[in-house]
Amino acid sequence: MNSTELDLPRQPVLDERKQAKKRRFNPRTRGDYFWGYLMIAPTVLGLLVFSIWPVFQTLYFSFTSWGSFGNYEWTGTDNYKAMFADPMFWMALRNTFIYTCVTIPCAIALSIVAAVLLNQKIRGVTLYRTLYFLPVVTMPSAVAMVWKWLYNADYGLINYLLGAIGIKGPSWLTDPDIALYSMVIVAVWAAIGNNMVIFLSGLQGIPVSYYEAAAIDGAGSFKNFIFITLPLLTPTIFFVTIISLIGAFQVFDLVFMMIGPNSIVIEQTQSVVFLFYKNAFMLNNKGYAAAIAMVLFVIILLVTIVQMKLQKKWVHYS
Amino acid sequence: MKKWISLAAIAGLVLAMAACSSSTGASGGSGGNGGSGGGGGGSGGDKQEKVTITYGLWDQNQVPAMQEIANKFQEANPSITVKIEVTPWDQYWTKLETAATGGTLPDVFWMNGVNIIKYASNKMLTPLSDKVKSGNISLDNYPKSLVDLYSYNGTLYGMPKDFDTVGLWYNKKMFDAAGLKYPDETWDWSKLRDAATKLTDPAKGVWGMASALAASEQTTYYNTIFQAGGYVISPDKKSSGYDKPEAIEGMKFWSDLIKDKLSPTVAQMTETAPRNLFESGKVAMLTDGSWAQIEFSKNEYTKDKVDVTVLPQGKKRATVIHGLGNVIAANSKHQKEAWEFVKFLGSKDAADIQAKTGTTIPAYNGTQDAWVKSNPNFHLQIFIDELQYSVPYPVSKDAPKWQEVEKSTFNKGLSGEIPMEEAAKQVAAKMNELLKQEK
Repeated sequence: MNSTELDLPRQPVLDERKQAKKRRFNPRTRGDYFWGYLMIAPTVLGLLVFSIWPVFQTLYFSFTSWGSFGNYEWTGTDNYKAMFADPMFWMALRNTFIYTCVTIPCAIALSIVAAVLLNQKIRGVTLYRTLYFLPVVTMPSAVAMVWKWLYNADYGLINYLLGAIGIKGPSWLTDPDIALYSMVIVAVWAAIGNNMVIFLSGLQGIPVSYYEAAAIDGAGSFKNFIFITLPLLTPTIFFVTIISLIGAFQVFDLVFMMIGPNSIVIEQTQSVVFLFYKNAFMLNNKGYAAAIAMVLFVIILLVTIVQMKLQKKWVHYS
Repeated sequence: MKKWISLAAIAGLVLAMAACSSSTGASGGSGGNGGSGGGGGGSGGDKQEKVTITYGLWDQNQVPAMQEIANKFQEANPSITVKIEVTPWDQYWTKLETAATGGTLPDVFWMNGVNIIKYASNKMLTPLSDKVKSGNISLDNYPKSLVDLYSYNGTLYGMPKDFDTVGLWYNKKMFDAAGLKYPDETWDWSKLRDAATKLTDPAKGVWGMASALAASEQTTYYNTIFQAGGYVISPDKKSSGYDKPEAIEGMKFWSDLIKDKLSPTVAQMTETAPRNLFESGKVAMLTDGSWAQIEFSKNEYTKDKVDVTVLPQGKKRATVIHGLGNVIAANSKHQKEAWEFVKFLGSKDAADIQAKTGTTIPAYNGTQDAWVKSNPNFHLQIFIDELQYSVPYPVSKDAPKWQEVEKSTFNKGLSGEIPMEEAAKQVAAKMNELLKQEK
């Protein structure tokens, strides 16, 4: 579900292309092209069959209504009409937006801090990096199960600790005003590791000479961070934002594992993808679910286009 | 030369892909078989002497008994291997429907009363009537209500596996501590409420009785609706009973327990399941099915501290009776082997294993006694005694659809977010609408 491939704008490569055009007439190079395409054929085929074709299928199914076990009939735009009149859909959209808007800034800010801290020469830095990265390699469902226990209002560790200092902890997972933010906390915690590694590589790509020049000018470490590190990190921030945004819009596992379909707060926490899952696989309204998926697709597409346009304003490619 | 290497590489890739796709189809063939399989890793399909059939079920507690039955079956039929696939209840029906649509159902799997008509009427199941006749099996060996439950338009689609009723489980230790007499067959709703009031102690964080959750219909509110003289669905299966005062009374029994703080709240029971609260001495009473006995008998805390009695009566006595059936997927490639296995699952031998291990009450007549005796610590006989006033679990063709309405609405009524009358009327309205669409 997570698409992680993305073309970052690169330096113009026109010269090379021109040369390539000339070379194409050379029979030997033509052979190379043949082998090249042949080699990527399995991937391209897989993508076409398993990703591109289903997109069109989903579009088609979004105009159908389903009975049991795969029988369906054409119903035109009924699904879309029903969806826009469905308060559940708007609620899910609202939940997803709140979740995204809170999770991403927090996750990015904290990962930058973590990356900068772990970019120093401190003792045991590898250990810390590993610790921060551990959530990434842990099964999401296992993570959700552990957090579910930590969050338990009556017997969970968090409320036990809060109780020890005299605070009565909230019902993290069953209070309709809090449950969504409980998910945000887990999401941020889980995202830091992955983002941090990307930021670390971004940090290490910043030439030391800038800092040396700044040191001569007498800049302190805070100024260094604001005027050198941050601007030169913007391409990485841009990349991480786009990836996280797409991921956040598609949040499902946390809702499914931590809240659950039968929870009393499911209406206040369900995301668009959860609503899609519920309709497609639990209620068997596959046509309606396809319509939800199409709307989500359009939203993500629009947001990504806007981001691509806006990047000129704030992303510095050195 | 180079070309030949690349060609070989491509050939390898294609082969690898082919292997991948075929191995999903025949995933039953290799490994995973506990002790019996013994390094069958290479059984990808070159020699098809041995047949592997899959057996889909949802209850982890029953796996040991099911495995024992499968092992016994394999002894008698060395050419057939049975592979048990467990899917937790919460995902079982979701996965099954997806598998049915994609044509990848397990060869043999558990069916319940809610879904049988849906699967049978859509031709997902192999009809068993002819096989039963030619196999000289007498259906008189099973309770008639179960045979009827698994028949559709006069044709049998599922071999009755077991049946279950619901009882009132209670914590003897907590009753002793409060100086109360244990519940018995003289109890009615008001006696239960009195005892629950005395057992509840907010300071200690213990409650007298666990109330219902919207998703626990079989062990909770379906019973009280019948006890109050109401019904869930009319006998002609055309209208809902939820807007009748009797049904609402049966529902309010549970929401009142929460309102009066005799039970944990819906939120608390969502976070920690009622059965877990009971197993850790946080609630003194719980209504749960006969199938819970195997878990309670193995749990360190409950195995010697709890017991069970009949459900307290409302206006009258009632308990919901339900049973599972073993069915064969219509598109299974191993119809013959699957039938052999289902036949064995329906036999007295298999029933005896279910009974002796205390797993569930077997459907095969005359084997129930062994189940009752399997655990002398609990008064399991009450589950059999309840048969005389048991009511069939309410179903219709599209039961899963209106059950979903129950699940998404009743928690609001139970938690007091909306009055129970209103929740019940909402469910009734939506249910009537859905029933009208049933054909």
